[in-house]
Amino acid sequence: MATNEENSNTKKLQVRRFKPEENPEKHYLNEEKGIWAWMTTVDHKKIGLLYLGSITFFFFVGGVLALLLRTELLTPAQSFIDADTYNQVFTLHGAIMIFFFLIPSVPAVLGNFVLPLQLGAKDVAFPRLNLASYYIYVIGAAFTLFAIFTGGVDTGWTFYTPYSATTSGNVMAMTFGVFILGFSSILTGLNFIVTIHKMRAPGITWNKLPLNLWGLYATSLIQILATPVLAITLLLLTMERLLQIGIFDPALGGDPVLYQHFFWFYSHPAVYIMIVPGFGIISEVISTFSRKVIFGYWAIALSSLAIAFIGFLVWGHHMFTAGQSSLANMVFSFLTFLVGIPTGIKIFNWLATMYRGSIDMKTPMLYAQVFLFLFTIGGFTGIMLGALSVDIHLHDTYYVVAHFHYVMMGGMVMAFLAGLHYWWPKMFGKMYSEFWAKISCAILFVGFNMTFLPQFVMGAQGMPRRYFNYIDQFQSFHQFSTIGAYVMGVAFVIMAIYLVHSLLKGKRASSNPWGSRALEWQISSPPSLHNFHHVPVIVNGPYDYHKPMSEFQLGIAASHNGHHAEEAVSVSQSEKEQA
Amino acid sequence: MSQPSATEERLEHLKHYFIDSDQQFEASKMGMWVFLVTEILFFGGLFLAYIVYRAWYPELYLLASEELHTFWGAVNTVVLIGSSLTVAMAIRSAQLNQIKGLIINLWITIGLACVFMVIKYFEYAEKFGKGILPGGYYTYEGIEHEQANIFFSIYYMMTGLHGIHVLVGIGLMLWLVYKAKKKVFHSGYYTPVEITGLYWHLVDIIWIFLFPLLYLID
Repeated sequence: MATNEENSNTKKLQVRRFKPEENPEKHYLNEEKGIWAWMTTVDHKKIGLLYLGSITFFFFVGGVLALLLRTELLTPAQSFIDADTYNQVFTLHGAIMIFFFLIPSVPAVLGNFVLPLQLGAKDVAFPRLNLASYYIYVIGAAFTLFAIFTGGVDTGWTFYTPYSATTSGNVMAMTFGVFILGFSSILTGLNFIVTIHKMRAPGITWNKLPLNLWGLYATSLIQILATPVLAITLLLLTMERLLQIGIFDPALGGDPVLYQHFFWFYSHPAVYIMIVPGFGIISEVISTFSRKVIFGYWAIALSSLAIAFIGFLVWGHHMFTAGQSSLANMVFSFLTFLVGIPTGIKIFNWLATMYRGSIDMKTPMLYAQVFLFLFTIGGFTGIMLGALSVDIHLHDTYYVVAHFHYVMMGGMVMAFLAGLHYWWPKMFGKMYSEFWAKISCAILFVGFNMTFLPQFVMGAQGMPRRYFNYIDQFQSFHQFSTIGAYVMGVAFVIMAIYLVHSLLKGKRASSNPWGSRALEWQISSPPSLHNFHHVPVIVNGPYDYHKPMSEFQLGIAASHNGHHAEEAVSVSQSEKEQA
Repeated sequence: MSQPSATEERLEHLKHYFIDSDQQFEASKMGMWVFLVTEILFFGGLFLAYIVYRAWYPELYLLASEELHTFWGAVNTVVLIGSSLTVAMAIRSAQLNQIKGLIINLWITIGLACVFMVIKYFEYAEKFGKGILPGGYYTYEGIEHEQANIFFSIYYMMTGLHGIHVLVGIGLMLWLVYKAKKKVFHSGYYTPVEITGLYWHLVDIIWIFLFPLLYLID
C-alpha cells in the first residue's frame, strides 16, 4: 500500500553512519519499570530474559536430579534412594532437561533476544504471540510440576507404551504438560520463520543473513513440522489412558511400535531442534573471534537445512531392536550415516575459518573450542550407534547415555554457554570476569569428560542404562563418573557466582566489546526498547572483517519507510560523514 | 492492495514494529499459512493411524462405516463447502469496503458452522445411545469384529478434533463480527478476516478428506 510512484525501483537511498550511543541512560531494561511491565511485555528482548530465568530454574532442577542419580550410583547396591524413586528421578531429569531446558534454550532465549537485532527489526513479527508462547511454556511447566507432586512419572522421558498406558503415577499430567509446551515451541518457530522472511532490514538478502539466523531458521522449520506430530502422539497417549482407545496398547488390539514411530518422528528431529541453533552460535563466535570471513558461508547455511531435512528421515534408528523389518533397519541405518556429511561440512568450515585467523581466545571462543572437541566425539559415537550390528550390542547401554550427553551437553549446552557469554554484554550492558569465566569453562570441560568418558567404556562392556543396581565390576567407572558430575556442579556454581557478580557490580560493557561486524553489535549495550532509532542498511556480509566498521553502521539518513531494499545505496555519503 | 484509496490513510491498525501495512499484512498471512502447515501435520498423525489400522483390519472399516449415516455426512459436507463460499464472500466484501456485507456473510458462515455442529451432535448422540462409545466404554454388539472399538476410537478422535476446530472457527468469526461492528475493518485493513478465512478453508478441507475416508468406504 505504501508503494507509490516516487518509490519505484530506481530511487536512491541516502544513508549515513549511525554511531551507537555508549552506555545509554535509558535502555530496554529500565525504560519500563515494575514487575507488571515485565510480565506483560511484548518486547522480544525481555521475553528472552523471562525465558532465560525460567530455563535457568529448570536447568538447576534437572541438574540437581542428575547429581542425585550419580550419588545413588556410587555404590552397586541401594544407598539412599529406592528403585522406584530412582526411576522417577531419571524420568524427570530427562523430561525436564529436554522439554524444559534444551528445546527452548537457544531459540527461545538467545534467539528471541538476538533475532530481531540481527535482522535490523524492531521486534519479531508477532510480539503478542511471542509473549503467549512464554505463558504457554509456564502453563506446561506447571502441569509437569503438578505431575511430579501427584505421583511422579517413571516411564523415562520417552513415555513408551504399553508401560506408560498402564503404570501408576501421573503420566497424564506430564504428557499434557509436554503437549502444551509443544505449542510454545510451535509459536516460537512460526514467529521466527515469518520474521526472517518478512522483516529483514534493507540490504539483508538471504546471502547476507547471519549464520545464526540460518541455524534458527532451520530449527524453526523442524519445530513447526515435527512438534504437531508429538502433540497428536501425546494426545492419543492421553486418550489411551483416559478412554482406552486401543491405538497403542497391545492388550486392546493396538500397536506399541506405532507409538515408537510416532514418538521418534518428532523426537529425532527434536534433537536437531536442540543442536542446530547451537551451530548458528558457533558460526558467529568463531568468525568474530578469528576476525575473519567465515569459510564456506553457503556450505554452513545449507548444511543446517540439510540436517533439518535428513533429520526427518532417520527416526527408525531408535528402533533397531524394536522389531522393525530388516529392510527398514538398513534404510534407516544408511540414512543415519548421511547426517554425518552436513555435520562434517560444518566442522571443517569452522576449522578453516580459524586457520590463519587472528584468534582471540575470549570466553565465548573457549566454549566454542570445547564445543568442537566434545561435539565431534558425540558425533562419531553417533555413527557407531547408527551402524546396525554395533547398535545391537550398544543399544540401551551407557554408551547411548554417553553419546547423547556428548551431543546434548557437550554440544548444545556448550554452544548455549558460548552464546550466553557472547551476548551477555549486549543483554545486560555488563562485562563478566574473564578470568573466572575461563576457569569455570576449564573445570566444566574436565568434569564433563570425567563424567561421560567412563560411560562409553561401561556401555561397551554391557552396563545397561536406567538401571538402579549394577555388578561390582563397574563400580570404579561409576565412581569416577560421579566425581566428574560433582566437578561439573562446582563449575556451574562458579559460573552462577561470577554472572550474578557481573549483573550487580560488573564493568560496563561498550556497545561492541568483541569488535564484531554483526548488526546486533552496532547499537548500544543494552539496546533501547525499540532496538533501532533508524532504519539500518546493510551493504556488506555479516562477517566481512576486512571492511571498516563504519560500513556496518549505516542507516537511512532521511526519515523514509525504508521498505524497498533493491535500490542503489550511496555508500560514498557515509564515507564523507566519517571524514 | 495496490490501489491507493482514501481509506488507506487510516493507519491505526499498523503496529509500530512494521514499516507499512503491506509488510504487516504479508507477515500475518504468512504466519497463518505456517500455522496451517502445523495443523496438517497434527491431523496427519491421525490420518496415519487411520491408514495403519485400515491396512491391518480392512474388513473392520467396511463393516463399521456402515454404522455412519452417509446422508448426514453428505449434508454436512455441503454445509461446510457452502460456508467456505460465504467466508470467501466476506473477505471480498471487506476488500470492497462493504462492511454490511461483511457482517452478513460472517453471520451466514457462523450459521452454517452451527448447522454442522448440530448435525454432528445428533450423529454422536445416536451412536452413544447405541453403546458406540469411544475406547474402553464401547458396548455395541452390532458389528461382528473384535476390534470394532478401534475404528470408532479413530472416528471420534478425528471428527472430535475437527469439531473442536469448527468451534474455534465459530469463536473467531463471532470476534470478527464484533470488530466489524466497531468499524475496525476497511479495504485498507482486513487482515484478521483474511486469515480467519484461510483457517476456515483448512477446516473445510480436512472435513472433505474425513467424509470419504470415514463414510464412503462401504
